[in-house]
Amino acid sequence: MLSNQSPGQAFDRPLIQAQNVSRQYRLGEAVISAINDVSLEIRGGEFLALLGSSGSGKSTFLNLLAGLDRPSSGAIHVRGCNLAAIDSTELARYRRDTVGMVFQSFNLLPRITLEENVELPLRLAEVDRADREVRVAAALEHVRLGARRRHRPSELSGGEQQRGALARALVNRPAILFADEPTGNLDSVNGEQILLLLREIQSSLGMTIIMVTHERPLAERFANRIAVLSDGRLVSDTFCRAEAQRLQSGEQAGEAFGANS
Amino acid sequence: MKSRDLTELAFRNLREAVLRNSLTTLGVAVGVASLVAMLSLGVGLQTLASQRLNKSGLFDAVFVTSKRGVRGMNGDGPRPATTKSAKPEDAKPLDEAARQQFESLPKVTEVYPQVRFLTEVRFNGASYSTNVLGLPDSSRASGTFDGIIGKAFSSPTADEAILQSEFAKELSPQPATLVGKELTLRYAQRQETSSSDVANEKDIDKQMDEMMSGGISIVSREKKLRIAGIIDSDPAAGIGGFGGGRVFIPLRVAEDLHVAQPNDVQEFVRAGGLSKRAYVALTVRVKSPKDVLKVEEAVKNMGYNTFSLLDATRSLRLVFTVFDLFLGLFGSLALTVASLGIINTLVMAILERRREIGVLKALGATDRDVRSLFFAEAGAMGLLGGISGVALGWLIGAALTWGTTIYLRRQDLPGVKISYVPWWLAMGAIAFAVVVSLLAGLYPAGRAARLNPVEALRYE
Repeated sequence: MLSNQSPGQAFDRPLIQAQNVSRQYRLGEAVISAINDVSLEIRGGEFLALLGSSGSGKSTFLNLLAGLDRPSSGAIHVRGCNLAAIDSTELARYRRDTVGMVFQSFNLLPRITLEENVELPLRLAEVDRADREVRVAAALEHVRLGARRRHRPSELSGGEQQRGALARALVNRPAILFADEPTGNLDSVNGEQILLLLREIQSSLGMTIIMVTHERPLAERFANRIAVLSDGRLVSDTFCRAEAQRLQSGEQAGEAFGANS
Repeated sequence: MKSRDLTELAFRNLREAVLRNSLTTLGVAVGVASLVAMLSLGVGLQTLASQRLNKSGLFDAVFVTSKRGVRGMNGDGPRPATTKSAKPEDAKPLDEAARQQFESLPKVTEVYPQVRFLTEVRFNGASYSTNVLGLPDSSRASGTFDGIIGKAFSSPTADEAILQSEFAKELSPQPATLVGKELTLRYAQRQETSSSDVANEKDIDKQMDEMMSGGISIVSREKKLRIAGIIDSDPAAGIGGFGGGRVFIPLRVAEDLHVAQPNDVQEFVRAGGLSKRAYVALTVRVKSPKDVLKVEEAVKNMGYNTFSLLDATRSLRLVFTVFDLFLGLFGSLALTVASLGIINTLVMAILERRREIGVLKALGATDRDVRSLFFAEAGAMGLLGGISGVALGWLIGAALTWGTTIYLRRQDLPGVKISYVPWWLAMGAIAFAVVVSLLAGLYPAGRAARLNPVEALRYE
């Protein structure tokens, strides 16, 4: 299903460029290297699965790409902006305007309703109240939770909570959706539903999706590119067959266009 | 985040931990209440003292004498303040023109002379020697007639008298029965006679007498007055022995009597014959004690001696300011303890809501958004605590006034309002509560804002 086609040969302009990214933590006297000199380019519209065992550094790398953390060294360029060089306010704006996040444990705020949870990013982005209502309703309809909007998270099932979290991630129309083990707390049926939704979002909205998972079969089924991390290093980076073929044909078309011109 | 959204979220968060936040807010309220109660007591006592002193008519008045005149009727009054020495003969007379000049000064409400004279009162065939004092119409507003038996003067020109209770007791063992009865004043009236009056006089002896007297004569007169009421206090017991009357009559009536005054003779001698009528002293009443200084300066510049108790009011104000300061400090102690409660509540909230802060940051909240949210929560607790604290403080003050009034009434004394919450105290206390709460929120809000989102999201 996966080919060994190198993604570096892609002709689409990269949306995210991670260059020699490292992240070290100090734990008492010891320095722990969570990410070690990782370079990766991700094009717009890709569905990338970051695969690896526990402690491989895949969540740390996702946090760095999502602007939740800063690299100890290296650079992460998103649309030409280096996340390692901007201040915390600009980084917050990047998270607010460019990024949507879905977590393993859903992270819906328990004290407010689903609708209010979904509205939070719009409040932070200072979107008008009337516009907010329309967009919240649309996002909840997209994940088929329109009827549950007045419920608190504790009144929803795990799958519903994760769909609610997905609606919250989508409501600000981000360019990139980061999902950190989105199926980790779900049964297989609900997990599959979430991944189907993610793929549908990717294809219908053209959104770039970067998902951390340790379940290779799921990654192979839904993602069109898989990057594997081990001990903080990128050990493999492959496209699925269909994507490889798409890239190949695009490349040939480009060459033909180049030859003709 | 917009401030409306921020406020909404803050109140929502406060509602969610309702018991803890209510207790913290109650702490602020108790702190504010103690502050308000203390200060309202200070303000109330100050107001009470000011009212009592204002009733005495000493602190909103400038006493004016001519530089050529006597200092006071008894000659034992305080020495008038003089700005520059002037020869007595050059000094301006304190006459009707001067009175009108004073009346035209800004902030002056009333100018009146001190009309007080020794006279004989006849009642029921008996004769009593006593002092009569003319009371200006403003006495009615300054509480002179509080506790009167009978009524105050029916008009500023009524032929009525009010008796001081001790004098009334001399007239009758049952003073209350005197009200409505009539008494007679016998007094010496000053009459001015022109040279034509002297020439027209047919009686040669009288003509000689008037020529000898040089145009001034003193005639014995009588005036019937109805007793309108009886009072306990000694109104306008002012400076220089101007008080001390035992029979009070409307000032205009007293002026119209043209009673011969000791300075008539002095003026007559100085002028070497006929002179214009001059006052011994004039009282210039001003709108409020703070206007005294300006009016006093203006009168001095006109060339008169002035005296006021401004220094005394200044000292009084200083004493009360220090008193208020101490009361405020004691009140603030409770608010300081309450602010520790706010810090504790918010620090606990950060620990509890660590994950929530992480989520907010992951969704794009800036450090400032998080800080503002915690600030808004602290401010809201301060505002609610401040408002309820002011209400509570007012209630405590009202209870103190109520208790004091009951105690005073048992001692046969009139009740007094010892606690007073003016609007500036209420607003100031609420603002103070909000400021203290925001200061208390500084550390927790800063700590929440600095939280690393990854660590916060990892928190269970």
